[in-house]
Amino acid sequence: MSDQAKKSGGTGKVIFFAILALILLSIFIVPTGGEGLSFHPMDQFQIKPVFGDGPIHWYTVTNATLWMGLTVLGVVLLLIVGSSGRAIVPSKGQSIAELTYGFVYKMLEDVGGKDSVKYFPYVMTLFCFIAFSNVLGLLPASFTPTTHIAVTGVLALLVFVFVTVLGFVKNGATFLELFWVKSAPLALRPVLAIIELISYFVRPVSHSIRLAGNMMAGHAVIKVFATFAAIKLIAPVSIAAIAAMYGLEILVAFIQAYVFTILTCVYLKDALHPAH
Amino acid sequence: MATETHGATESVAGMPQLELAHFPNQIFWLLVTLVVIYFVLSKIALPRISSVLAERSGTIMNDISAAEELKLKAKDAENAYNKALAEAKAEAQRISGETQAAIQADLNTALAKADAEIAAKAAESEAAIAEIRANAADSVKVVAKDTAKELIAAFGGKADAKTVTAAINARLKG
Repeated sequence: MSDQAKKSGGTGKVIFFAILALILLSIFIVPTGGEGLSFHPMDQFQIKPVFGDGPIHWYTVTNATLWMGLTVLGVVLLLIVGSSGRAIVPSKGQSIAELTYGFVYKMLEDVGGKDSVKYFPYVMTLFCFIAFSNVLGLLPASFTPTTHIAVTGVLALLVFVFVTVLGFVKNGATFLELFWVKSAPLALRPVLAIIELISYFVRPVSHSIRLAGNMMAGHAVIKVFATFAAIKLIAPVSIAAIAAMYGLEILVAFIQAYVFTILTCVYLKDALHPAH
Repeated sequence: MATETHGATESVAGMPQLELAHFPNQIFWLLVTLVVIYFVLSKIALPRISSVLAERSGTIMNDISAAEELKLKAKDAENAYNKALAEAKAEAQRISGETQAAIQADLNTALAKADAEIAAKAAESEAAIAEIRANAADSVKVVAKDTAKELIAAFGGKADAKTVTAAINARLKG
């Protein structure tokens, strides 16, 4: 098993370096060849109105609106149409709906404790939105709302504000014990309190940038590879690389949804049980 | 207006994510999406799925307890069967013993009867033989008397019946 893994890791490295060499080569060759590749890896993240070409107001229906709507449609299809059979022995769709439910529910229960189960609908909403948005964004010519910091930032801030308010409502002033590490020596506690405070306020930043950054990077890399596919010589390698990246991106789409959700669970736990 | 947007896009060096002018639009639609998903989940999907899961676990529990009950019943049935088998075996043994005893008794009576018959026949035969023997002895006496008389007569004597008889009796006894 480990031998095989090492071997595949070795071949992966070889492929990686081959691609890198080809990319460097093409960058040097292309301008002299006069062909001129134009890279637009970020164009796919443009917000455009769906109808017409007017300015974008806050209410304008844009491609972001369209793909968020498709996310809702996906959630409805999976969790409502899928579970409409209400069968004791589930169909395939119902099984997936139940697995998703059980996955998020168990995560929340394991990480956040029994009393965090109350907030399951909120956590499930976040998970469903991010997972569907990420996965639908892998369709060719699609738009991924979660590649935008405006979207992930709002998601992270919603979690941050909700968790902070919940912490104070549930625990009152004792919520501040989260920043006062009782197990540390007294002299160190003020220093640790400052570090804890900073780390607390950095949470929404890392929470949002992690998701948007991961999603954006994968999409941009695929686009770069796709641009190289225009050169006949490198096209096969480029297409193989796109396929490999695409497989990785499917994994990343789910992992990022999972990471965002599990961090939300962790923050919920801190709000409900602030003591270290 | 359009040129203005274009200029703004250029100013953020090709990062559409940092186009602040588009933030309100995305945030508005995001909140709409989240609210819709939240209501779809909390009003329809989650209660339905949780009820299905609860129902399933209930059914499974019932099935397991039913299976346990059936298992106990099967065990009882096995015990009853074993008991019946043991009883039948004992019964069979008893019947075979009884039959053997009856046959033995019949055999004994038949043997006794046969023995008695044989004894009776033997006694009869003995009686017959004794009679024949007695007859034979008498006949011998008569023949001996007659022969003795004839012999005496042939030798020219006069046979005294009393003497001859006494002599013959003495001779036969001796």
